[in-house]
Amino acid sequence: MTIGVLALQGSVIEHLKMIKSVNKKIDAVPVKTIDELATVDGLIIPGGESTTLRRLMEEFNLYTPIRERIVAGMPVWGTCAGLILLANRIEGENPCLSVLDIDVKRNGYGRHSDSFVGEGDFDGMYVNMVFIRAPYITRVGEGVEVLAECNDRPVAVRSGNVLATAFHPEMTRDNRIHKYFIGMIDAKV
Amino acid sequence: MASKEETKAANRKLLNRNLAQMLKGGVIMDVTNAEQAQIAEQAGAVAVMALERVPADIRKEGGVARMSDPKMISEIQKAVSIPVMAKVRIGHFVEAQILEAIKIDYIDESEVLTPADDAYHIDKTKFETPFVCGARDLGEALRRISEGASMIRTKGEAGTGNVVEAVKHMRKMRTQIAEVAALPSEQLATYAKDIGAPLELVRYVAKNKALPVVNFAAGGIATPADAALMMQLGADGVFVGSGIFKSSDPKRRAEAIVKAVAYYGDPAILAGVSYGLGAAMTGVDVENMSEAERLAKRGW
Repeated sequence: MTIGVLALQGSVIEHLKMIKSVNKKIDAVPVKTIDELATVDGLIIPGGESTTLRRLMEEFNLYTPIRERIVAGMPVWGTCAGLILLANRIEGENPCLSVLDIDVKRNGYGRHSDSFVGEGDFDGMYVNMVFIRAPYITRVGEGVEVLAECNDRPVAVRSGNVLATAFHPEMTRDNRIHKYFIGMIDAKV
Repeated sequence: MASKEETKAANRKLLNRNLAQMLKGGVIMDVTNAEQAQIAEQAGAVAVMALERVPADIRKEGGVARMSDPKMISEIQKAVSIPVMAKVRIGHFVEAQILEAIKIDYIDESEVLTPADDAYHIDKTKFETPFVCGARDLGEALRRISEGASMIRTKGEAGTGNVVEAVKHMRKMRTQIAEVAALPSEQLATYAKDIGAPLELVRYVAKNKALPVVNFAAGGIATPADAALMMQLGADGVFVGSGIFKSSDPKRRAEAIVKAVAYYGDPAILAGVSYGLGAAMTGVDVENMSEAERLAKRGW
C-alpha cells in the first residue's frame, strides 16, 4: 500500500511519520506531481495555509487529477486546511475540490490566541484534538456522517471515501485516526 | 498529576510550536499596509509580517525603528485570513504586551528594530502569544528557545538583498547540529557550556538531530533562487523582507518565490519561475559594511 501526503506546504513530515508509525511496510510518500499522485492508493491533504495550498495545487495542475481520483473513489483525508479544500462550500469564497457536502468557515474559532487542545470521542475512540486556527463546520449535508464532536460542534466527518477533520491528529502521538484512514484504504484495495 | 494550569501552559507551548510547523514549506512576507498584505496572501504567502518600514528603508532612513502602530496592524489583520506577525524591539516586553492585546498571531523579537535592552531579551514564557527570534548559530537559537521562542529564523543581514549572511548562519547551524549529534554523551555538557546553551536543549538536539522548533531562513533573500538555496540548505521555510516590495514587480516576484519554495528541489520549475521576473531589489555588499551597520550582531 502506498499513501501520499500532498507536499506543497504544511504538516507533511508529521503525516508521513504517523503513517510509518502505524505500519513500517506502508510506503508513505510526498506528492508534488501528477506522476507521484498516480502511485498512491490514498491521499492526505495536510494542515497548512489553505490559500497557499490551493494556489499551488491550481498552478501546478494538480487540482483536476486530484479531484478526478477522489471522484473515482480514492480515499482522501483532509486535516484543517485540507478539510477546507474538500468542502462543497466555503464562507465568502469559491469552493476548491467540492467533494464533501459540508459548509465551512475559515478560522471559525478566531485567531491563533483561540487555538486550543480539546478532547472527544472519534468513532468510539477517546482522543485529544489539536485545533490550530481551525475552521468551523457550519453545515453537514445529508449522508455525511459526523465521526466526532468537540464543544457541541462537528469536527470530524466522513462521506464514503472522503474523511475530514478540523483538528490535527498528526500533531499528537496518537496514531489511531491514521489507522482509521489506513482502514479506509484497506477496504478499497 | 499535572495541575490544570500546568496542562494549560504545556498545551499552549505545544500549540505555539505547532503553528510554526503549519507554516513549513511556506513564505512569510514583510508588508507595510493592507493592500500589500492582500497581494502577499493572493500570491500564496503563509503569513505576513506587518511593519512600518521594510528593513531596506530602515537601513536607508536611519533613526530609531520601533513596533508598528497597532492601527496599521489591525487593518492588516482585517484584510487577510492568513496569520499576521509583527515585530518588537529586542527586550521591549511592553511592545510585546501590546501586540498580545491586539491578538497578533506571532511576535518577532527582532534585531531589525532598534534594541530596547542591551542586556536582556524578553522572557517569552510569560506570554501566551508565540515568538519567533533570530539566531546566527546553534547557541543563540537554543538560548532563544530556552527563553520561550516557539520558532527560530536565521538572522542573515536584513535589508541588504544579499543572501551571503543567511547562508553563513544556516550552514553554521546545520554544522553544529551535526557536530552535537556525533558527540559522545559525556562531551555534551562541555559543548553546551562552550556555545552558551542549556544542557537540556543540547541533549535534545543530540538525540533528535534537529532543533526542537521550526527554523526558517531570513535576511537578504531577494530571488526565487535565493529562497530555493536556503531550502536546499535545510531551512523549513523563508522570510522575505525587502526583497518583494522593493522589486520592480512585487506581485510576480511574490508568486515566483512561493513556487520556488514549494518546488525548491526542481531546477526546471525554478528556471520557469525565474524567467523574465524584472529587476530584483538593489543589493548591498555586506563585506564592506561597517560593524555599526550590521543588524545581525544585535542580540546575543
